[in-house]
Amino acid sequence: MRAPDTTVKATAPVIAFDKITLAFGAKTIISDLSLEIGRGEIVCVIGPSGCGKTTALRVAGGLIPPTKGTVRLLGEPMAGPRRDVAIVFQDYAKALLPWRTAAGNISLALEAAGVAQSERGDRIRDLLAKVGLAGHEDKYPTEMSGGMQQRIQIARCLAQDPAVLLMDEPFGALDAMTRQGLQDEMLAIVAETGATVFFVTHDLEEAVYLGDRVIGLLPHPGRIGIDQRIDLPRPRNQLETRETPEFLRLRRTLFDFIEKAEH
Amino acid sequence: MVPAALIVLAELAMRIYGSTSMSLAAPSDIVAAFFAIMFDGSLLLATRDTLVSAGTGFAAGGFIGLALGILFGLVKPLDRLMEVTIEAIRPIPSVAILPIAMLVFGFGYRMEIAIVAFSCLWPVMIMTRSAMAGIEPRLLEVSRALRLSTWDRVRKIVLPAALPRIMVAFRLAASIALVVAVTVEIAANPLGLGYGILVAQQALQPAVMLAYLVWIGMVGYLLNAGLSLMQQRLFGRAGRVEAAS
Repeated sequence: MRAPDTTVKATAPVIAFDKITLAFGAKTIISDLSLEIGRGEIVCVIGPSGCGKTTALRVAGGLIPPTKGTVRLLGEPMAGPRRDVAIVFQDYAKALLPWRTAAGNISLALEAAGVAQSERGDRIRDLLAKVGLAGHEDKYPTEMSGGMQQRIQIARCLAQDPAVLLMDEPFGALDAMTRQGLQDEMLAIVAETGATVFFVTHDLEEAVYLGDRVIGLLPHPGRIGIDQRIDLPRPRNQLETRETPEFLRLRRTLFDFIEKAEH
Repeated sequence: MVPAALIVLAELAMRIYGSTSMSLAAPSDIVAAFFAIMFDGSLLLATRDTLVSAGTGFAAGGFIGLALGILFGLVKPLDRLMEVTIEAIRPIPSVAILPIAMLVFGFGYRMEIAIVAFSCLWPVMIMTRSAMAGIEPRLLEVSRALRLSTWDRVRKIVLPAALPRIMVAFRLAASIALVVAVTVEIAANPLGLGYGILVAQQALQPAVMLAYLVWIGMVGYLLNAGLSLMQQRLFGRAGRVEAAS
């Protein structure tokens, strides 16, 4: 748990996109995008393919500098990747080091942050327990299921002790049961750490189930088309939440938005 | 079964026709010659000379090739800058630099080592460079997101990821080293297994010459098997990953 920030910054948004435009050559991917995400908020980003949702995430992570506009993180302009901003990639198999064990992969983030070797063991055990993989420290990624591999990647991101978690369709490649399990685990972890989450998905139900807010992007070029608050009570429940009239209404709203955005 | 039959056939043919060939010998004579040069020490001495030259040249060329390959893999502008130069030098057959090497180093180990190193340098450099270019881009992104230092990125991500393919380059270079060492010995350098073959040929002793030939084949085979084993021991896991992808 991070100590609550009592400085002036506490009121500043954790992530602020200020009129972001991103172009590759003549092709504009994102146009004039402004967005503020508050502390501890879970914001899900949806939109048809080509709307720049993954690109927006990469800009937020400092992996790509915007062509115009500024991204601010906790009030500071973003100049490249930061260790307190962790990125969970969709392709967990490619994002893990195949020659390192589960513990070794998590250790990479601790090594990067300069954590002393004597402290790493305990930290790694805690993180593995947190993602439900206690006792699997010596397994290699290739010996694990997709869900387990994604948990390792999430644990590696948590090892960064992040203020912000950027998640790029993290559960998109997993089967439905595993996905639901990981959704609930993620919500529990986020509730505990108080991290701010920017979650890209193409699954509308996932967006409604996880989010405090769902941003829908329109394509060509990418811009905000809808900014929908999700006021479903927490903790959420896979069966009950998904059966409430409010959930169904929100799902319908977003479905209609995507329908229109695609045509 | 087939090789055994061929050996028996060769033996019979040589005995029946009573050959006095200067290039062929009966298998039994080859075996006898083999034991003769084995026990008078000349074969082991020649083997040592060849392996020392080939090994040192391999180590030197491999090291330089690895260093350059890593450098060019990491610094793209340098890679583009040097490309023409490298493509101009690389196709030179290694034996063609023999006259120059002889002028610079004279006869002996150093000349042979220099030529072996020259021939080992290129495959290692080029395969190392391409191994580094073939690294999963996502892993490099992870290293950026974690803000690894350049040294840590090379040490913890780039090299381990490229290692299985670099190891293949080293195995290739090792077999090249032996071939080039023996060639240099036959062509010019008065030492080692190649020189042994040449002397036997000029002394009209085909059995000794062929015994050397068989022995060189065995040395080459053992060298490659040894490196394969080492590769499996050292990089068993990484090697499997490479095979799976």
